[in-house]
Amino acid sequence: MTTETKVRTLTMAQAISEAVAQEMERDQRVFVMGEDVGKYGGIFSATTGLLDKFGPDRIMDTPISETGFMGAAIGAAAEGLRPISELMFVDFFGVCFDQIYNHLAKNTYMSGGNTKYPVVITTGIGGGYNDAAQHSQCLYGIFAHVPGLKVVVPSNAYDAKGLMTAAIRDDNPVVFMYHKGIMGLSWMSYYEGSTNAVPLEPYTIPFGEAKVVREGRDLTIVTLSQMVQKAVLAADKLAAEGIDVEIIDLRTLVPLDREAVLRSVAKTGRLLVADEDYLSFGLSGEIAAIVAEHLDRVKLKAPIRRLAVPDVPIPFSRPLEDFAIPQVDGIAAAVRDLMQLNLN
Amino acid sequence: MDPTSEQLLWMYEKMVEIREYEETMAKVYLEGKLPPKIQKGLAFDIGGGPVPGEMHLAAGQEPVAVGVCAHLRTEDSVVGAHRPHHFAIAKNVDLNAMTAEMFGKATGLGRGKGGHMHLFDPAVKFSCSGIVGASAPQACGAALAAKKLGKDWVAIGFFGEGAANQGAFHEALNLASLWKLPVIFVCEDNKYGISVEKQDSTSIESNADRAAGYGMPGVLVETNDAVAVFRAAGEAVARARRGEGPTLIEVKTDRYLGHFQGDPETYRPKGEAQELRTHDPIPALGALLRSRDLLDDTSDASLRKAVSERIEAAYAFGRNSPYPEPSEALLHVFAD
Repeated sequence: MTTETKVRTLTMAQAISEAVAQEMERDQRVFVMGEDVGKYGGIFSATTGLLDKFGPDRIMDTPISETGFMGAAIGAAAEGLRPISELMFVDFFGVCFDQIYNHLAKNTYMSGGNTKYPVVITTGIGGGYNDAAQHSQCLYGIFAHVPGLKVVVPSNAYDAKGLMTAAIRDDNPVVFMYHKGIMGLSWMSYYEGSTNAVPLEPYTIPFGEAKVVREGRDLTIVTLSQMVQKAVLAADKLAAEGIDVEIIDLRTLVPLDREAVLRSVAKTGRLLVADEDYLSFGLSGEIAAIVAEHLDRVKLKAPIRRLAVPDVPIPFSRPLEDFAIPQVDGIAAAVRDLMQLNLN
Repeated sequence: MDPTSEQLLWMYEKMVEIREYEETMAKVYLEGKLPPKIQKGLAFDIGGGPVPGEMHLAAGQEPVAVGVCAHLRTEDSVVGAHRPHHFAIAKNVDLNAMTAEMFGKATGLGRGKGGHMHLFDPAVKFSCSGIVGASAPQACGAALAAKKLGKDWVAIGFFGEGAANQGAFHEALNLASLWKLPVIFVCEDNKYGISVEKQDSTSIESNADRAAGYGMPGVLVETNDAVAVFRAAGEAVARARRGEGPTLIEVKTDRYLGHFQGDPETYRPKGEAQELRTHDPIPALGALLRSRDLLDDTSDASLRKAVSERIEAAYAFGRNSPYPEPSEALLHVFAD
């Protein structure tokens, strides 16, 4: 028997909601709850069309009470259900973080592995549309810092579907973070590269496998999420100047594909981390440290450079925000600078 | 709804068991925590001895646990608070594994990773949390699951009166009422949130009144009496099983000991704890049983002997079990 693989072009939002729908059809234990996930279809369209397919018992709008429904997701998961719980903006997690980092993340451990909590938390991240400091953060570093949470941050529709399917099937808590600027929303400018060919059939992308988005020999850019699209644009410019950039899309922060980073940097000898989270104590420092800890394996030709939000809240005004969040030109400039530097 | 003779006897035996368990723990807990370290300037070493860490005992609060759990089946979920032993014992959590957990042993409920505030026994659907107020939303989730699975299971969220000022409590009540969940919120008013008296932390006399704000029945149980709690809980559990939604119960109970073992209790009027013990609910229930010819000296003695043997065995199991290999610290972060 052969199955015909139908490949269409989907936005990341469409790919996510398709993955959720297919898993809900496959497994009656899966349900969605969150703020405006029903008629509205999710503020960033991650649940569009699901209410019509599955009805209000399985696509549940919650009150604006994040501690209440995140805690309820934990209790329901403990009973064998598989909740997908959406909190529209990652910036809002402060109000319910206790349920997430003290309970969801730790209960499996504190029970010696006797309990499991297959919860997927979905949330929108990122700026670039002038929504200011309370609606524009990435914060994946905070979630990745707490042991017990898997953290997924896709950069395109194909990956988003495969990673979401894997997230729902995972027996552990997974925080699934999508950048609003690559969801393909009709009301927000976005990066075309994130909308791509997506098979109709369900498939999974395993966690902890970074993707080489572009092969190159001169320098490695390690990045993720929307910044992948920016890095690709920068790499195109640089290619015209004769600089051959390799781009690694991490795809998941927990688990983290350290080997992919080391392999690439060992090959190119140069590392730039491009990140939309804050600079200090975060992802960019982690990647730099991984390379620094393996200098016996990796021979660097130039110092490591990090491009991230320079430890300021995300500003509102367009020129200020464009300055704070790394952009295509900034990535290209950082690469050019690095190519001029030489160790030894 | 009044308890049957069998239920009365069950509640009595469980209360005796909880009390003796806690009294034993109060003694065991002190081992290795007092001098000789005093010469180093330490009068009390919280991490010392066979049972390290904080220890919150519930002596005096037994009626709340047994009065509620008398109505529960194995399939019903209980989410307890940071003072969890009375709930755990009343929900039939494995006594040996629970004790071993407090000793940090490999045979413990969590293989020594949780300790006394974090007991998880999925076999009887018991869990608890060290965070004040965190139980209520999770009990909602268990109740939501029961509803989605089409079962008549109920979930209980136990917490103290201090937790009723937490946002988590209010969010959970709203959610439970909105979704008509089979959940019962049980607030133990032992008068103190650590050291702060209820009157100094809570703007109303009874948290049961707060139920009105969420369109659910609020029941105040004014006496620390197992039968009174049993009656209130029976109605609430029956309501929940019928699909009629949540109930909030507040019980005025008594905490005989400090917030934690080693608590100097400077905030407490002298003699208060002693005075509370004069209306101990255990002999009171014993007297009721005797008045109904359900208990006499002989049967009481044999009941107490059986309880003592169970507790002795549990503590021996805890003490004698092996510690986990140190490298086990790296296991169980994830379920797979």
